[in-house]
Amino acid sequence: MRRRCRLYGLQTNGYNGKRRMIYFDKVTKRYGDMAALEGVTLSVAPKEFVSIVGHSGAGKTTLLKLLLAEERPSDGTVFFESIDVNDLPSSALHHYRRRIGMVFQDFRLIPNKTAYENIAFAMEAVGRSDSEIRSDVPYILELVNLADKALHFPDQLSGGEKQRIAIGRAIINQPDLIVADEPTGNLDPINTYEVVEILKKINELGTTIIITTHNKGVVDSIGKRVITIDRGKVVRDDAEGKYIL
Amino acid sequence: MTWMPVRRVLVTGWKNFARGGAVSAATVLIMTVTLAIIGTLIFISALLSFTLDTIKEKVDVSVYFVTTASEASIFEVKDQLENLPQVASVTYTSAADALAAFRARHANDQLTLQALDELGGNPLDASLSVRAKDPTQYESIVNYLEALPALSAAGAPIVDRINYAQNKEVIDRLSLAIQATRTIGFAVIIIFAIASILIAFATVRLAIYTAKDEIAVMRLVGASNSYIQGPFIVTGVISGVTAAILVLLLLIPATWYAGAKTAGWFGGFNLADYYASHFVFIFLILMGSAIVLGAVASVLAIRKYLTV
Repeated sequence: MRRRCRLYGLQTNGYNGKRRMIYFDKVTKRYGDMAALEGVTLSVAPKEFVSIVGHSGAGKTTLLKLLLAEERPSDGTVFFESIDVNDLPSSALHHYRRRIGMVFQDFRLIPNKTAYENIAFAMEAVGRSDSEIRSDVPYILELVNLADKALHFPDQLSGGEKQRIAIGRAIINQPDLIVADEPTGNLDPINTYEVVEILKKINELGTTIIITTHNKGVVDSIGKRVITIDRGKVVRDDAEGKYIL
Repeated sequence: MTWMPVRRVLVTGWKNFARGGAVSAATVLIMTVTLAIIGTLIFISALLSFTLDTIKEKVDVSVYFVTTASEASIFEVKDQLENLPQVASVTYTSAADALAAFRARHANDQLTLQALDELGGNPLDASLSVRAKDPTQYESIVNYLEALPALSAAGAPIVDRINYAQNKEVIDRLSLAIQATRTIGFAVIIIFAIASILIAFATVRLAIYTAKDEIAVMRLVGASNSYIQGPFIVTGVISGVTAAILVLLLLIPATWYAGAKTAGWFGGFNLADYYASHFVFIFLILMGSAIVLGAVASVLAIRKYLTV
């Protein structure tokens, strides 16, 4: 494993000569006889903003699940910096996942926690102190424009507000990477615009972002690298942000 | 280990319980029923033991002595019997006491008393009433008595008769009934306890099933398995303790009402008195069951959602 880390990890140059943060090395994922991903090779550099587009069932979510170690590849290897994700034991997964912030289409907020508590939970989970939580959570709530909804439960928030809380939760621990799976899928155009603007701002501050989306408007407004997946294969990889299917 | 994660787990567990609404209420209700069944089984077990002890106390074997037997030789036999490990007690009734008791028993039966007077003297024998620790031990006591060389000064046997032969069938049946009742009673108690525990387990599992998406989110934000499990275990224990307190409180009016109604029917066994005198024991059983049930059910239920 060490040898492969040296080959593909921190010391390895990737896309356009940049240092690699994420590297999928000929990754295949099969469910029975059906291949959700087939021989996918791609790399993402630190501080990149990558949009992954494709039809439903193309393999976008599978790709993210492999990155989060929710699934294991049938063939090939997924690297996150120097970590071979396949080789992570279950007991180390939570440490690995603390380096990645997740945003989902269906928000996945904890229903019996307030907006404040949902964000604070991510800090508690990594062992941050009460004083850190008391200072950081209000700041993040301000950042996502929801300071006045701190004590609201998820079912008292609109879709856009829920997604902004989810983004707050994803960024609170200052992760190296944010993975957003269809983050605007359940939002109206105004909330979609707000969420995209927040993600762009986070990226400008130096966090790597990978987003999957169907929304051409979102891809165009981001205007960064776009990877197109079709039937489990990478069919396009454009640095200029074109949504072509 | 620092106090902070423990405090957070306790606070989160309490909040989950307080905010759980219908799910928390249903869990407490089912656990209340479960613990009420366990509590009822404690009372049934106590009542069974009381009844069996009462019946056992009514069984004895009497050894009748010839009228010529001296009191000293009878007391010698009494001493020997009392030294037997199977013997619980030996009571001596002199011929005079037996006559007095007979007269008292037939005080309203002038014909019998008249016949007794006509006989002249005291026709009744002195006797020893022997009570065994266990009904199955009467046979060995009788065998001992029959082998005993208890003789009078003149060299004649002083034991006139032992009423074991007449009582044998009753004693054997009673021994069998007591044994069977104990075994069946114990089996029924175990079956009911297991059934109620399984129901409580299923309810806790259902409560945790409703939180499976929440658990998945916790895993994805990087919470460790123990940090995810902790609050659910605390919530399970709080549900159990709440249910135990409810059962302990409900037992006060229930045993008071039922005790007053059934004490005569149960041969003097009063449920309220038993509850009062055994409160600490019942408290520990119910509280212990509640804590173990809540914690173990939570651990088992949540385990399947913690895998990769």
